[in-house]
Amino acid sequence: MIKIQDLRKSYGKVEVLKGISTTIQKGEIIAIIGPSGSGKSTFLRCINLLETPTSGHIWVNEAEVTNPKVNIMKVREQVGMVFQQFNLFPHMTVLENITYAPIMVKGTSKKDAELHGRELLKKVGLSEKEGEHPVRLSGGQKQRVAIARALAMSPEMMLFDEPTSALDPEMVKEVLEVIKSLALTGMTMAIVTHEMGFAREVADRVLFLDDGQLVEDAPPAEFFSSPKSKRAQDFLEKIL
Amino acid sequence: MNLDFTQIVSSIPYILQGIGVTLKIVGVAALIGFTIGILLALCKIGRFKGLKWFADIYTSIFRGTPLILQLLLIYYGTPQLFDIKVTAYTAAVLAFGFNSGAYISEIIRAGILAVDKGQLEASMALGIPYKKMMKDIVLPQALKNILPALMNEFITLTKESAIVTVIGVTDIMRRAYIVGGNTYRYFESLIFAGVIYYLMVIVLTLIGKAVERRMRRSD
Ligand SMILES: Nc1ncnc2c1ncn2[C@@H]1O[C@H](COP(=O)(O)OP(=O)(O)OP(=O)(O)O)[C@@H](O)[C@H]1O
Ligand SMILES: [Mg+2]
Repeated sequence: MIKIQDLRKSYGKVEVLKGISTTIQKGEIIAIIGPSGSGKSTFLRCINLLETPTSGHIWVNEAEVTNPKVNIMKVREQVGMVFQQFNLFPHMTVLENITYAPIMVKGTSKKDAELHGRELLKKVGLSEKEGEHPVRLSGGQKQRVAIARALAMSPEMMLFDEPTSALDPEMVKEVLEVIKSLALTGMTMAIVTHEMGFAREVADRVLFLDDGQLVEDAPPAEFFSSPKSKRAQDFLEKIL
Repeated sequence: MNLDFTQIVSSIPYILQGIGVTLKIVGVAALIGFTIGILLALCKIGRFKGLKWFADIYTSIFRGTPLILQLLLIYYGTPQLFDIKVTAYTAAVLAFGFNSGAYISEIIRAGILAVDKGQLEASMALGIPYKKMMKDIVLPQALKNILPALMNEFITLTKESAIVTVIGVTDIMRRAYIVGGNTYRYFESLIFAGVIYYLMVIVLTLIGKAVERRMRRSD
């Protein structure tokens, strides 16, 4: 569970998150959408403290990550993150990318980590690539490895920041399929996306952000068919 | 023109023995320099203001004064301050190590900063502690960026090491100078020393290129 209370973030004088409150229940799948620059990434990155909130409170399960006394490293082990630019470790093989953190952070034995890693590679359909370096992979393959890498820590929840935005169109589907199959396992997920069809199909709730504010929070059927706010109506009109 | 290389032939083995002396100074100094360089670079990019200051001042002083002055200060100056005797070899190794540490720290700092920020974010998101992230994720990638510059520094060190002659270390340079004095064949023996330095630099260059090619292949 993730609970967010009056989250604010400023860069210098510019406030990019203007007091956001919401709760993501265990097993819930949240799609976060909104115009470019509306604060979606910043919102997501505050949850695992890649950005430090200016004020407000965030709890991940029992731990308040905004409390400086809480060990954020422990919290990050439970929260997987997938980035638009993949951010795989280029000097490691695919399997090493996946097993590094479990071995070095959790103290898993190499053997167990590799076993689990191979299982995950199979799940994302890349078993035959375990010995390759990331440069040899297509964008879609890289992103699937990145998802496997995050899952290798056995996180309780996953954050996705536009996981398909850097991909060629023909590769979007393979990555979305992997995320969908993950959704079926009951994983708690927050996904920033521009893929409206995907959001409508997979999400339990849509959060619509505009100008640093949480403007709408509704189930996808409701949000896409009858958005309440003018801003959401304008946004949907533009992209659909 | 009065040139006769045969006059120094019997002294060639003596001069060649200087290669070992030079290599020992350069090798140990490079190790010291590399270690200091990494530590200073980590201070420079780290969060602690005090360490950052120290590293910046260190770099500024060692880059801002002549190497030969640093060498003479360590050799003649330290015994005056503390009651210890510094051998010429130790003084040479320390002066070159401290000095190249300043240059190498700048090379490494730039190399670390050139590593994609996404790598840090991915590491943090996985809960990888700072030290491990630096050691296993950032530095290996930074090393690739800095290898050419590092090799340059190593080559410079090899050539500049000739100034240890002034404190009496019998390196290639000093030996050539001595042979020149004994045989009155300065030109021949100095040219010979020059050829040795040049060949050493060429070999280092080739090694550097080979290592670079190898690293590039690994990704
Ligand atoms: N490090 C930073 N320094 C200053 N301003 C920043 C920084 N990061 C983001 N911003 C600003 O904060 C605002 C929100 O950025 P954010 O990346 O969260 O938007 P976004 O909704 O994810 O946009 P996009 O759809 O383009 O990814 C933007 O105006 C951006 O310019
Ligand atoms: Mg974004």
